[in-house]
Amino acid sequence: MATTNLPAMFFNDNFVIRDGDLEKVLDAALGKKADYADLYFEYRRNEGVSLEEGLVKNCSQSTANGVGVRVLADTKTGYAYTDDITIKNLEIAAGTARHIAQNRSAETPAPIGRPRVQAHDLYPVKTPVNDIALETKIELLYEIDKFSRALDARVKNVFVSLGSEYKVIYVATSQGIRVGDIQPLTRLNVTCIVEEGGNRQIASFGGGGRVEYGFFVDNKDWQRYAREAVRQAILNLEAIDAPAGTMDVVLGAGWPGILLHEAIGHGLEGDFNRKRTSAFTDRIGQKVASELCTVVDDGTIPWRRGSINIDDEGTPTHRTVLIEKGILKGYLQDKLNAALMKLPLTGNGRRESYAHIPMPRMTNTFMLAGESAPEDIIHSVKKGLYAVSFGGGQVDITSGKFVFSASEAYLIEDGKVTRPVKGATLIGNGPDVLTRVSMVGSDLKMDEGVGTCGKDGQSVPVGVGLPTVKIDGLTVGGTKA
Amino acid sequence: MERVELSKELGHEVLAIAKSKGASQGDVMMAESESFFVTVRMGEVEKISQAGEKRLGLRLFFGHSSASASTSDISKKSIEKLVEDTARMARVTAQDPHGGLPDAGELARELPQLDLIDEPARSVSVDEKIAIALQAEKSALAYDPRITNSEGAEFSNQFGRVIYASSHGFAGEYSGSTFGHSVSPVASQNGSMQRDYWYSSNRKFLRLESPASVGEKAAQRVLRRLGGRKHKTCEAPIVFDPEMAASLLRNLASAVSGYSLYKGASFLAGKLGAQIGSDLLTVIDDGTIPGALGSRPFDGEGLAVRKKSVVEKGLLQSYLLDTYSGKKLGMASTGNASRSVGEPPAVSPANFYLVPGKDSPEQIIATVKAGLYVTEMIGFGVNMVTGDYSRGAAGLWIENGELAYPVEEITIAGNLKEMFQNIEMVGSDLELRGRIASPTIKMSQMTIAGD
Repeated sequence: MATTNLPAMFFNDNFVIRDGDLEKVLDAALGKKADYADLYFEYRRNEGVSLEEGLVKNCSQSTANGVGVRVLADTKTGYAYTDDITIKNLEIAAGTARHIAQNRSAETPAPIGRPRVQAHDLYPVKTPVNDIALETKIELLYEIDKFSRALDARVKNVFVSLGSEYKVIYVATSQGIRVGDIQPLTRLNVTCIVEEGGNRQIASFGGGGRVEYGFFVDNKDWQRYAREAVRQAILNLEAIDAPAGTMDVVLGAGWPGILLHEAIGHGLEGDFNRKRTSAFTDRIGQKVASELCTVVDDGTIPWRRGSINIDDEGTPTHRTVLIEKGILKGYLQDKLNAALMKLPLTGNGRRESYAHIPMPRMTNTFMLAGESAPEDIIHSVKKGLYAVSFGGGQVDITSGKFVFSASEAYLIEDGKVTRPVKGATLIGNGPDVLTRVSMVGSDLKMDEGVGTCGKDGQSVPVGVGLPTVKIDGLTVGGTKA
Repeated sequence: MERVELSKELGHEVLAIAKSKGASQGDVMMAESESFFVTVRMGEVEKISQAGEKRLGLRLFFGHSSASASTSDISKKSIEKLVEDTARMARVTAQDPHGGLPDAGELARELPQLDLIDEPARSVSVDEKIAIALQAEKSALAYDPRITNSEGAEFSNQFGRVIYASSHGFAGEYSGSTFGHSVSPVASQNGSMQRDYWYSSNRKFLRLESPASVGEKAAQRVLRRLGGRKHKTCEAPIVFDPEMAASLLRNLASAVSGYSLYKGASFLAGKLGAQIGSDLLTVIDDGTIPGALGSRPFDGEGLAVRKKSVVEKGLLQSYLLDTYSGKKLGMASTGNASRSVGEPPAVSPANFYLVPGKDSPEQIIATVKAGLYVTEMIGFGVNMVTGDYSRGAAGLWIENGELAYPVEEITIAGNLKEMFQNIEMVGSDLELRGRIASPTIKMSQMTIAGD
């Protein structure tokens, strides 16, 4: 398949590294005492074009390439990397990484799992956005600016950014796996500031994925981004203070799936569970959600930002059921933690770049659709909050406490959505929050393709999704006590 | 491909190639670093990582239009391509009358010696670094039987070198080091777990806090969180510990950054000279403190770094500006340009701190009849345009002037405009533990949401 051969050729041609060389370096890395070694080659080209105050003032581009050498010996990881890809540097890095295995404690090596399924071809992008003429992209940014300003006289400033990444990776392991991938990624974002009588508000909207330029322009999706950004900003002009306290909360479909990412997803990553520092430790088979909830992590959805053909350890991605009808089913794994926990690989070993050690990370995390009509869910709430758009979130894995911040929310009064309220942070307890889900809508929606997850200083692109859900009692952190 | 060494001369060579391609101005920022970290967990080494990196970034102007690019491939061929790419991009961006390098006359002339690097510490062995992480974790685990687990301890260090050259003929370079270690113990009681951490970071290896002390503080911090409960929704005074108070200063630094201001994206836009906080709020930005983490001999455009009052007794005295954002606001740069290699300048504070007051943290807590002592906040609920503030919090409830019991799963909310006005007390406990630092502060009132 194209995705496995091209990256190998790419690194062969550009860095004069051949298969025989790789074996030599991997042998050197493995030494006599290590369980496993791998090499991660990466070439990356990023481009950013941005507009502000009606001008495309900045274009920037960066090119990076490098290789990381990793050695595993029971629970230990040795890692070294270089941005100067030569056999000599690889051998030096291998020597450094191997050091970790010198004082290993375990007698029997942990068998590192091998990938089970074939690689996918989820994003056969012909022309990455990086390769579209800069003039064409600049023209689009001006068009978006003009369009956004024409939507409402209260729009005072518009910021548009178009970022694109073209990444080639190639993984070689001591088990003989040689696999690569080409991972294009792009994102378009529109932010506007509106002002009325001294009241100034800001809102953003955007989208993207592992897609071609046509994703934004073929159906003029950029117009929808602009309309949404302007609509949300204008809405915030009339927003009243958010309520404070515990109340029923209805989350809208799509991006509010960030709830799952923070409340559930991180706590189910293999590393925290192996170390027994997650609030979900030892809870497989237990009820952690209402039976209306089935939550999956799926890295195999075509064209999506959170999808990857193979993870950064060369394992093809999977669809992993995390919670099935309320019962905790599985964890997200990388090679190290899967081996130590004696559990199968799930294709979730990811890293930010060659300068980073892989960890278990999410891909696209979402809840399957239920049976309720979204409007019935709203009607069922006497007094509560309807939150439809969010900024970021965060979780304390060990205590399970998580937050996520609403950027568009409304009061629900007597079953009706009434006034918009200012953004507020929602806080809850991960292992507990899904047990309070009392209605799940039929309207599952994935996010627009803008999510980035940070863990231990490493950022990776992710996706989330959610149908409309009702949570009985969640703490809303407004100012109106 | 043959790699080229980074140097001031290389910077000028790159700019000469750019000039031959028609660029009117330009600058080059280069950085190289060697970094190391080790993590240990439950008494065993878990990860060791070691590496070196180099990057070269170029910004070019063609008249008033500009573009930037960077590469990690420092070879002749790649540099030529970098210049071509940058020139190609710069020709199609907009003419921006405010764009350009600072005037040649403003460039730093004498570069101060700021004692930023610990050369002797290059010889600290890997075993010694591992031992520090192991000791810190051991001291945390030994502190109390309820501390049964650990997310691990880490030791890290970095030696870096920054070289900047501009087409005005400026060329400067400096080297710096940072060392840090931290530990994250996990404590459990009645089936519920808590994690907390403590850390030390410094440019000098020998000035790091001892591993035993870091471990003990981490242990004390995690133990006091055990048994946390929610609190009823109310309005109450809030005491921020120095780490949390520093996060409010980060919000302030971002609100007075020239880029947020000229875009109208700050709640402090147009407030220069106005009373933006209580008269206890005096904030200094100082890039000239020898050995401090945020010090540097020149900023990201080659301008001198200086010491200034940003806020003086509540009056906003200075914004943080580079040349571009300054021009947009009709002001001179304040020497706060910061640069990521291959990006246009941004603005960042140097060493940014709240000037301490007279009272100890205990004296401050003693003034609170019923309120919250905040020791942890999570989430991103700060709207810099409006100042609206709502974040997840954990800490200790204060009853009759004493820390009574831990609270968690609550939020604190208000608006930064009012929060800075509501600062009632400022502690005497300032320590420059990071680039942005604060003593303990007390705010008269915020909304706490819980049950």
